Amino acid sequence: MPLEPFTVLTSRTVVLPGANIDTDQIIPARFLTTTTRAGLGRHLFADWRYRPDGTARSDFVLNRPEAHGCRILVAGRNFGCGSSREHAPWALADYGFRAVISTELADIFSSNCLKNGLLPVTVDEPTSAWLIEHPGAQVTLDVHACTLTLPHGAAVPFPLEAFARHCLLRGLDELRGLDELDYLLERRNEIETFERRA
Amino acid sequence: MAGAPQTLFDKVWRSHEVSPESADRPAVLYVDLHLIHEVTSPQAFAVLRERGLNVRRPERTLATMDHSTPTLTAQVFGGAPIALDAARRQVRELEANCAAFGVELLGLTHSDRGIVHIIGPELGLTQPGKTIVCGDSHTSTHGALGALAFGIGTTEVGHVLATQCLLQRKPRTLAVNLSGELRAGVTAKDLILAVIGRLGVSGGTGHVIEYRGDTIRALDMDERMTVCNMSIEAGARAGMIAPDETTYRYLEGRPRAPRGEAWERALEAWRALPTDALARFDREVELDAAAVEPMITYGTNPGMVIPIGGAIPQRCGDAAFSQALAYMGLAPGEPIRDRPVNVVFLGSCTNARLSDLRSAARLLRGRRIAPGLRMLVVPGSQQVKRQAEAEGLDRVFLEAGAEWRESGCSMCLGMNGDVVGRGEYAVSTSNRNFEGRQGSGARTLLASPLTAAACAVRGRVTDPRELM
Repeated sequence: MPLEPFTVLTSRTVVLPGANIDTDQIIPARFLTTTTRAGLGRHLFADWRYRPDGTARSDFVLNRPEAHGCRILVAGRNFGCGSSREHAPWALADYGFRAVISTELADIFSSNCLKNGLLPVTVDEPTSAWLIEHPGAQVTLDVHACTLTLPHGAAVPFPLEAFARHCLLRGLDELRGLDELDYLLERRNEIETFERRA
Repeated sequence: MAGAPQTLFDKVWRSHEVSPESADRPAVLYVDLHLIHEVTSPQAFAVLRERGLNVRRPERTLATMDHSTPTLTAQVFGGAPIALDAARRQVRELEANCAAFGVELLGLTHSDRGIVHIIGPELGLTQPGKTIVCGDSHTSTHGALGALAFGIGTTEVGHVLATQCLLQRKPRTLAVNLSGELRAGVTAKDLILAVIGRLGVSGGTGHVIEYRGDTIRALDMDERMTVCNMSIEAGARAGMIAPDETTYRYLEGRPRAPRGEAWERALEAWRALPTDALARFDREVELDAAAVEPMITYGTNPGMVIPIGGAIPQRCGDAAFSQALAYMGLAPGEPIRDRPVNVVFLGSCTNARLSDLRSAARLLRGRRIAPGLRMLVVPGSQQVKRQAEAEGLDRVFLEAGAEWRESGCSMCLGMNGDVVGRGEYAVSTSNRNFEGRQGSGARTLLASPLTAAACAVRGRVTDPRELM
């Protein structure tokens, strides 16, 4: 699946302030019966976005007009905890998000995001608190510099694993497709040596 | 060989490094055993097809079906079609993928089928010192035998299928030291719920936990698996327990464990695995296991847990906490005891092994579940089911008024037809009480099999010690 290179992203934010938003909220298990990755965006936060009869809940943030076109999700601490379902980042990316910002992101979720061109960003408490208090703020994420720039101009650094950063910046070339799988496939000789030794 | 003292985790990690990590590259980590199932593998096989790749080591890969599969006998063994179309499609697709790529499949009607984390140890495939991965976060279960086992996403399932390797940064280590004897009526489930209550749901993030101490040494293998299973509920990708005589006794003679000379060689290697005396962990936490009470959750994550005799805490000004209680229909300061219960679920990779069923059956024998309450008993594997039936446990459950099903994940995650109704309270032996986990609007209280059985008898939240 080709992915665009990820260098700089400027967008308004959508805020879900609660802590510990788990993968079952991001996408309930009943939508995991698909055998493809496509089209999961319509099930994103399904039980918060829709009433049992399928109508939209107007009080949920993603259903408000100002959420339209926002590419950055700001969430409370420990977003993405729970299951290993990659359907969670698939749903977020399919909906249109390209980054998630929190003070803490669950390990497997964070790893899954990076494999789908979704940037997991962890920031300090004061930055997170400011973002949560200012929904809709226009911010810029720079993958090269690993900084988050707030509207008042402050650039906050965020950690990003070096190889994941490299892959995000390269994107996936449709012909060559340099990604983690190619990198592993190129290690064939080392893997064979390891297998002989083991 | 002299060297720096190492932890159990360090030893397993280092012996699986195809190449170690550097500043700009993660480690390439070799995977000994890859378990796959119908829900998180289809998209990975699709990538292999798109790129024209094979499964590198099919003999290190084992497939089963558990998540979306039905638990009604007629739907499993014929007589009725699988009720959910999408589940039927996933079952067919896994069958086709395994046939095309030469992967062994314990399919829907296979006598060794079951929940992926129950059958690995049961078959003797899960062994000390192995690296084990699966597209499921409860893969941490296998760490109970001294393996390094963790859940991965579907893209990574593809990486392992194609290369038998993963790119990984080395996690930090966290020792959870448990001492003291568990009281009567207190189980391994209560112990791990107490640990999660202490660590919080993200306390283990970035870490691999090693559970240590005399409490752990005294647990049998089923109990150790319950403990390691819920490591992820504290945010830790993996939980491990050093192998010992209990581990070796459990493994010896299992169908896929080493035999004869190979067994002796394996034993020698396994005995070198436990953490060296002077090894250091990045963090350590202590807990007095003798003080642990039967535990039950009251909120919407496993860290929201209290002793069953306790009151729901108050946390003023915490919006997420208030939202969780509103979802649960509970109020701060209230006791949890005697709250009415609609459904009891005895099952899941956390608590559906034979000893779990025995523990619940002991309390249910000669009793009936409360009028109007529904109790579902779902053995963790077909082998557990046969063993339970040989002991007459199925009759105990049926005579008590419970349903007795074929193995699978069932009501743990509401994607296979077994669901808890909107607004209903379910006491479940599973691992997650997230909003909607067991069905839209379902309210889950996590507890041990013993507590679940007591709640089923009374139809209310009940301390099992009252019925013992």
